[in-house]
Amino acid sequence: MQTVLYVTDDQERKGNKEIMEEFTVIGKRISKVDAVDKATGRALYIQDFKLPGMLYGKILYSKYPHARIIRVNTEKAKALPGVITVLTGEDIPPVRLGVYKDNPPLKAGKVRSYRDEVAAVAATDLETAREAINLIEVTYEAVPAIFDPEEALKPEAPLVHENHKTNLLKMPWNLHYGDVEAAKIEAAFNVEERFSTTWVTHCCMGTSGAIADFDHADNLTVYTNTQIPSLAQKDFQETLKVLGFKDKRVRVIKPCIGGGFGSKLDTYAYEHVAILLAWRSRRPVKIVFEREEEFCATSPRQPTVTYISMGCDKEGKLLYRDMSMVLDNGAYTSWGATTPSVMMMPITSLYRVPNVRYNAKCVYTNNTYSQAMRGYGNPQATFAIESAMDMLAEAAGIDRVEFRRINSNQPGDVTPQGLKITTCGLPECIEAVSRDLEFGRPREKGVGVGLASLIHVGGGARIYKSDGCGTIIKMDDYGKVDVFTGASDMGQGADTIIAQIVAEELGVKVEDVHVFHQDTDICPWDVGAHASRTTFVAGNSALGAARKIRHRLLNMASETTGIDEDKLTLKNRAFFADGKQVLPIGKLLRGSHFKPRGEMMMADNFYDPPNENMGRDFSGNMSATYSFGTHGVRVKVDEATGKVEILDYIAAHDVGRAINPMLLDGQVHGGVLMGVGYALTEQVILENGRNMNPDFRDYKILTAMDAIHSKAVVIETVDEQGPFGAKGIGEPGCVPTAPAIANAIYDAIGVRIKDLPITPEKVLAAIKKKNGAVSCGIDAFTQKEQPCE
Amino acid sequence: MNKQSLEIIINGEKYSLAVEPNRTLLEMLRDDLELTGAKEGCGEGVCGSCTVLMDGKPVRSCLTLALEASGSHVTTVEGLAQHGELDPLQQSFIDHGAVQCGFCTSGMLMGAKGLLLENPHAGAKEIRNSLSGHICRCTGYTKIVEAVESVVESSKEKR
Repeated sequence: MQTVLYVTDDQERKGNKEIMEEFTVIGKRISKVDAVDKATGRALYIQDFKLPGMLYGKILYSKYPHARIIRVNTEKAKALPGVITVLTGEDIPPVRLGVYKDNPPLKAGKVRSYRDEVAAVAATDLETAREAINLIEVTYEAVPAIFDPEEALKPEAPLVHENHKTNLLKMPWNLHYGDVEAAKIEAAFNVEERFSTTWVTHCCMGTSGAIADFDHADNLTVYTNTQIPSLAQKDFQETLKVLGFKDKRVRVIKPCIGGGFGSKLDTYAYEHVAILLAWRSRRPVKIVFEREEEFCATSPRQPTVTYISMGCDKEGKLLYRDMSMVLDNGAYTSWGATTPSVMMMPITSLYRVPNVRYNAKCVYTNNTYSQAMRGYGNPQATFAIESAMDMLAEAAGIDRVEFRRINSNQPGDVTPQGLKITTCGLPECIEAVSRDLEFGRPREKGVGVGLASLIHVGGGARIYKSDGCGTIIKMDDYGKVDVFTGASDMGQGADTIIAQIVAEELGVKVEDVHVFHQDTDICPWDVGAHASRTTFVAGNSALGAARKIRHRLLNMASETTGIDEDKLTLKNRAFFADGKQVLPIGKLLRGSHFKPRGEMMMADNFYDPPNENMGRDFSGNMSATYSFGTHGVRVKVDEATGKVEILDYIAAHDVGRAINPMLLDGQVHGGVLMGVGYALTEQVILENGRNMNPDFRDYKILTAMDAIHSKAVVIETVDEQGPFGAKGIGEPGCVPTAPAIANAIYDAIGVRIKDLPITPEKVLAAIKKKNGAVSCGIDAFTQKEQPCE
Repeated sequence: MNKQSLEIIINGEKYSLAVEPNRTLLEMLRDDLELTGAKEGCGEGVCGSCTVLMDGKPVRSCLTLALEASGSHVTTVEGLAQHGELDPLQQSFIDHGAVQCGFCTSGMLMGAKGLLLENPHAGAKEIRNSLSGHICRCTGYTKIVEAVESVVESSKEKR
């Protein structure tokens, strides 16, 4: 294993220089290939698309969290000039969405949350569509609702889906490796605690939107914000089938996406409503969310209640970890419900822990329904694990950094769940944070340091039967390269990384490579931009296709020049022998087909990583390799106000290899600030299911003034499986942030906050409680006296 | 609603238009003139994505009525590059990795341009303060602030 350590911010590389210098493009700070279009206003987002004859759609949402729909009167709306189509749940065939297929795009008979879609309108302009929505009269009969997932498990709780007979989803997330009960008895030190996390939302700057358009033969084109073009194509195909269209073509076109972060891993009601409105009106229909709608009608990260107990022996070696969770699924089922599958990874495999037990219950409530968000369950699980790690270190009387050293994962480990750890830079990450943050520095009042680590899938994740991605490459007569990838760029820079990989392999410049990633008619299949998998999986797919072309190019160049293949090198758009240019690529390419029995330079490749689906006991090597990291933070807590200030932040990540350190920095800095928001400020406030803060004034996303000074440290472990050694890094930046901060707060003032977000009110209340106060004043939100809890 | 006439200069070009009194500057730019570089991120003046310059000052075009801009010089992100040359801010954003999804970028650029027109020597704190009315979910702001700082620095070197 070659380990290269450098600090990306300083552009300073230490370690093995030779490996880096053999590349011309890989490892370089290359600007994003779409940056010029985005900085000049040329890049087109769904908001910017307009088709001839296009109608504007709007959706009417429920006025109750749980109610029967008695009557929907659409007469006035239909009579409004400019209104072309009005649809209710009664007007559509039984289309169903989501993981459980429990969600119709327009509801009939019953609504189960405030975001339930009751009716939709298509009109010639947006203003008319808005007006028409207000003219629809719905008569409801409210029924008892349930908002607390733990309450929803009780037998007397109202049922969200009567046919389901229980609010507990039938997804038995249970694992037990080793013998936790025996280990509890054996352990010298034990801790036990309850932690909770709350709803937070993606806050993509570009709101959700879609345009649906049928041609005269009933083929459908959908322009949509999606991270899963190929799976969305399948969902839309199913909707067409229900509408009675068989064997029709569905084309998904993905414009530039104004942020993803997991929000676009499913298809949503608004996309299917656009299809239904287009089907009924026979005109293109566009639906774009307003910001309030984006807050209320998209799916946030699911909140969790976690009970954890953990123990170690006298030397500080972890003996067991026992966790159970209740997750609020909300009223319908999307990818929030399966996050326990990824939570299992840190629970069983973050640090060496031989005996592990985990149980998770996903529960229907009348809240908004949950969805994937950056980290996919990992931030919630790691908050509990890493908070408890500090508690256990304290109980055992062992230094917190040392405690993590003792238990660190190591290369070659196979974890209880069967995860095969290959490259593992966790020990180096812990050292980097410990050294940089000077844990031993003399104490100042109200100042504390904390750290927390992470493990995440770094080599794809076999959630579906396939974890694959296809690539087609063709070269034109001038040596320019077109890459058609299944990967989805959503701003993270997938197309830049793919262009770099292809350019490196084919000896051309990055600007010679054009990556197409946005059209299912043109691009091959891919399972989606999730699980930090794109650099690894789409990168390997592109690399494989480029290798095929490189091989043929060298072969042809050898035939043309009469020079042995192994004496030819391909770089700088030409072939070289003995250091001299012998043939430009363009000339070779033109010659290859301007002749009898000519050939074109094209290749395809489908790459599916060597990882495994989970077995019945949830064991299996879900990723081809794993990413590691450690974050450290120094905070200052104002004991008079409870305000937490971040003084220093260091994020050390084992990324395999940094294909593009500049883009990597972006993923880390962006992930960290998102994680800081999760830790300190962000919360979707649901009061009896209603979103009380659906705007950027009241949903506290951090700004440039709050932005912290963070330093990214990159540990390169050069993974054999990764493209040029790279592992995934999209999600890890926001995984260990909250526990690192909570641990630093404890270090600073001796109070442990167990519920996110760590608002000044909570910190102040905890300080008062520690000092023996009973009442902690009036809660600004509920206007009630708050006990010091 | 009766349309009213409006004379305006946008990116150096003179326009004579008729708009409804309730039409926002953003709607006019995007929907009537197809200048879609300015984005609507919130529609209520909080996120900054729709920022354009009106007589050199940054304004939220979603909160500005088109008629309020009557007679003024408006610059959008499309007008930032001059004679095929990118504005130093655009180049700096590209070079520093300050662009990710790009949805906030045009607003950030116009906000930063407005700041530097007013104070070409703005310091880090001023830059952060000025950009705090622009929300970005991708970058953590680090690279955006660095990109603006770098333009300030290089303009100092040139003098």
